[in-house]
Amino acid sequence: MRGAPELFDAAIHGDTTATARLLSLVERGGESAREVGCLSAPRAGGAYTVGLTGAPGAGKSTLTSAAIKHLRSLGDEVAVLAIDPSSPFTGGAILGDRVRMQEHAIDEGVFIRSMATRGHLGGLALATPEAIRLLDAIGYHWILVETVGVGQVEVEVAARADTTIVVVNPGWGDSVQANKAGLMEVADVFVVNKADRPGVADTTRDLQQMVELSAHMAHERSDRQEPVWRAPVVPTIGHSGEGVADLWAAVLAHREFGTSNGSLERRRRDRLNEELREIIARRLEQRAREISAGDRWQELTQQVLDREVAPWVAVDAMLGAVLQ
Amino acid sequence: VLVAKCGLDAHERGVHVVSRGLRDNGFEVVYLGLRSTPEAICSVAQQEDVDVIGISSLAGGHREFLRRLGAMMKERGMDDVLLVVGGVIPEEDVEFLYEQGVRAAFGQGTPMSEIVSFIRSNLRSQGAADGGR
Repeated sequence: MRGAPELFDAAIHGDTTATARLLSLVERGGESAREVGCLSAPRAGGAYTVGLTGAPGAGKSTLTSAAIKHLRSLGDEVAVLAIDPSSPFTGGAILGDRVRMQEHAIDEGVFIRSMATRGHLGGLALATPEAIRLLDAIGYHWILVETVGVGQVEVEVAARADTTIVVVNPGWGDSVQANKAGLMEVADVFVVNKADRPGVADTTRDLQQMVELSAHMAHERSDRQEPVWRAPVVPTIGHSGEGVADLWAAVLAHREFGTSNGSLERRRRDRLNEELREIIARRLEQRAREISAGDRWQELTQQVLDREVAPWVAVDAMLGAVLQ
Repeated sequence: VLVAKCGLDAHERGVHVVSRGLRDNGFEVVYLGLRSTPEAICSVAQQEDVDVIGISSLAGGHREFLRRLGAMMKERGMDDVLLVVGGVIPEEDVEFLYEQGVRAAFGQGTPMSEIVSFIRSNLRSQGAADGGR
């Protein structure tokens, strides 16, 4: 059994089995995941992360596969994290994104890993940020992250990706749907996939109007100082690959926008801030569980039960211990 | 658990039932779909770091397929990955399959609990036993 440093060394020299094993450690969490994190952190930073999100069945996996094909035709290596939901009842999962990506199974320039959410909400797995960092550190320049099929509010991917693609289908809704909060707000690029079906023009128009409105308002908010990105709306047909070159041109344009005006750097800083806050929250939560036991805890609970103290007073008394 | 069909066999019903059963027993199932090659299965199993590979066969061709898969797994040092098959497997083939590295052959009508308990007790790492993949 190889240890994390040994695995890491093998992984950066192209051993995909080692990469896979490291990802398992990251997913499992705990001490060994932290060890992997410490190995990844100094080497990461070279990759560009693209998130794909959208409703179940919108064509995320098929588009991901088409995007892989496009990148491979340019000679780029690519890593993919494909997230699917875990059962909230049994913890099991069926990870089926691979079905649409079969053609890349034996391509050594493509590394695909399925991840189950394992109880995490938001469209990603808890370990996804650390997994991205690991793949980055190993040397993949493109990392595609495909979220679980989402509804309206699972927008975590937007915080994790450098460019977020939101996939919708023709006839998916009207202009009111397009202006709803949540998912629609996080798109850097919109894709109207399955564009061989009727209703493409309507959907494209609704999205474009919404994008214009958002851009206008963002412009006003910044007192017309900051350059504003207008999310392009790209029609695609995932299974034939039609429109995928245009989609990728839109991603590259967004990258160029971000690097030229510093917004990418700000985004990455915000992301890191957010991640650090989350780690703090998790550590504190764990600490909270540890201290909510024992004699002192029982004693305080009894005092609250007997109406001697208010709940928040009891909590204040315990909190000293958490924050130490 | 990586679950795949072999060769040109396109009968998906059984493999869906088994995948569902494994899911409901807490396993993470990577489903690969139809028409996989032994090479693709090995590569995917390595990238996904699975503990188990389950091959479903109905239409035949499993002898040659599993001979190649077993050989390739050995070649790539995947001896610790549990290889099992299920579906329509003639009894006279079972011995041959064991020789290729297959550890269990589950015929039609095998109860899910039998598959689950076999996998649980034969996993490479006990850490994976409470939620293997």
